Amino acid sequence: MTILKLAVRNLLGGGMKSWLNAGVLSLAFVTIIWAQGLYQGMDQQVSRTLIDAAVGGGQYWVEGYDPYDPFTLQDAHLKLTGRLDELAKSGEAAPVLIVQGTIYPNGRVQAALLKGIDPEQKVLMFPSSSLKNSDDEIPALIGSRMAQSTGLKLGDTVTVRWRDVHGTFDAQDLQIVQVMTTSVQAIDVGQIWVPLKRLEEMAGVDNEATIVVLKKGLGQAGDFPGWTFRDLDFLLQDIRQIVRSKTIGASIFYAFLLFMAMLAVFNTQVLSIFRRRKEIGTLMALGMTRGKVIILFTVEGALYAVLAAVIGAVYGIPLVAYFATRGWPLPAGTSDSFGLALSEKLFPTYSARLVIGTTVLVFIITTIVSFLPTRKIARLKPTDALRGRLS
Amino acid sequence: MDDSVLVKTVDLVKVYPMGDQKLIALNHVNLILRKGEFAGLVGPSGSGKTTLLNIIGSLDSPTQGSAEVLGEKVEALTHRKAAELRNKHIGFIFQTFNLLPVYTVYENVEFPLLLLDQSASQRKKAVLAALEWVHLADRARSKPPQLSGGESQRVAVARAMVKRPDLVLADEPTANLDAENSHHILDTMEDLNRELGTTFLFSTHDQKVIEHLRRKISLVDGRIAKDETIDAENRRKRP
Repeated sequence: MTILKLAVRNLLGGGMKSWLNAGVLSLAFVTIIWAQGLYQGMDQQVSRTLIDAAVGGGQYWVEGYDPYDPFTLQDAHLKLTGRLDELAKSGEAAPVLIVQGTIYPNGRVQAALLKGIDPEQKVLMFPSSSLKNSDDEIPALIGSRMAQSTGLKLGDTVTVRWRDVHGTFDAQDLQIVQVMTTSVQAIDVGQIWVPLKRLEEMAGVDNEATIVVLKKGLGQAGDFPGWTFRDLDFLLQDIRQIVRSKTIGASIFYAFLLFMAMLAVFNTQVLSIFRRRKEIGTLMALGMTRGKVIILFTVEGALYAVLAAVIGAVYGIPLVAYFATRGWPLPAGTSDSFGLALSEKLFPTYSARLVIGTTVLVFIITTIVSFLPTRKIARLKPTDALRGRLS
Repeated sequence: MDDSVLVKTVDLVKVYPMGDQKLIALNHVNLILRKGEFAGLVGPSGSGKTTLLNIIGSLDSPTQGSAEVLGEKVEALTHRKAAELRNKHIGFIFQTFNLLPVYTVYENVEFPLLLLDQSASQRKKAVLAALEWVHLADRARSKPPQLSGGESQRVAVARAMVKRPDLVLADEPTANLDAENSHHILDTMEDLNRELGTTFLFSTHDQKVIEHLRRKISLVDGRIAKDETIDAENRRKRP
């Protein structure tokens, strides 16, 4: 307790030097927490958007279906029976039939996945209801990215060719009834959404699906032969991996920032021990052991982290609170470049774990950095110290 | 050891290596200092005064021989034990005052008591009493840079005396003071010596200090050349 009191007195007595060091350290503090919160918010935002628009509460996939292998699509469809059929009929699940097709926009040939979904479904939050109104042509819903890559726009008609379950090729015109704007590339790029029943007719199947998306919060409904359950951990793993890799990239920046702050603390400690040799000698003459002097200087250094946390809280809390409520606007058109379902604004989230974890980490590193130069004191003779010399 | 003996050195030798050479700072010094003495080690620079003071203060250890302080053999003390001895029984007064710059006068005087883990009320009582002795109670909140040289040394005296040590070691305490302040400080120390019975040992070549001593131990080239008791008649006439 005495040492702590003395260290606080010394630190505050250090004047501008102490405040500058703590200020630099607080910058590192706030930046780390702010940026980590941004990535944490990004992770949560991406996961939430993906769950709402594409993933739901989990999915059943027909065995053998591989979204990265279009050759698996030919056989990736199975009749809905039993509990799975009940879930679909009660609106707790949305069956999606996927058929490989080819479209011919403006005379060009382009591969596209035809995805059939019930226009009445409420499981996924995207405008499938626009597929309700259909006349002779098949209504089609596409995303803005798909519209941009194909040159299609609202009201356009495009020919689509596909192969049914018997291997017979057929073709028909689709009419674009809506171009949706979504941050989720997984329901946009290379995809055309059509009514499930129409796609079943086109593919020559009845009440069959490739995947069944469960309502959010439902979880696994049981084991069904021919179907494999994919939980959220599986379905979100790619996106989380991307966020993680971006977080690791950002960590290099934090490490650099922290390194600069630690350099300031280390430098101050070295200088402090050099300039305060006589004081160290006096402390020893007054009866302080070398161990206590080392602890005193280490605690003094470690207190920079405490002071930095206080300073950081003064300007950091309003700053992070502002961005947490107002969001961090991404420059126009950059949200797609992340490869994630990002909206135009990122909303950082700051968990207690993040704040406490960062504080503890900075405190431990500062304490170690503060301790290293004090080892010199262990070799210091009181008589040399009193003369202002370092042994 | 006789109860009244505070310090006893026997054939004390201190040698400093100087490259290939050796500097003999103390050469077989035999000295006994008793309770309540007001003594000084006198001699020119390099005669070994400060070295002897440092060994008696357990800040340094002898190369050879023995130094017994308050029943503890300095040469056998660990760093921790030596610190404990200084903390509990020895007060230091330095030529350059050595006050802790970021602390107030009160905090500087309080410091030794913090190390002794005394309670806040005990500390307050002792610090105020010590500041009264040196007539600095009104400067308790000042910081060292705001004090004159004389005031700083009085704070140092209060800091050395606050824990009521058995022995006070003063290394050239008046070297940075003018004549008036020097006499004032020395008068204060003499008063404390008389009133509290604290033993004082000076290291000095200042005539003003020598005039106040009751025992003068002259050192030359690391040896005690003369050890004389000065009676009241031969001491400086006090105003």
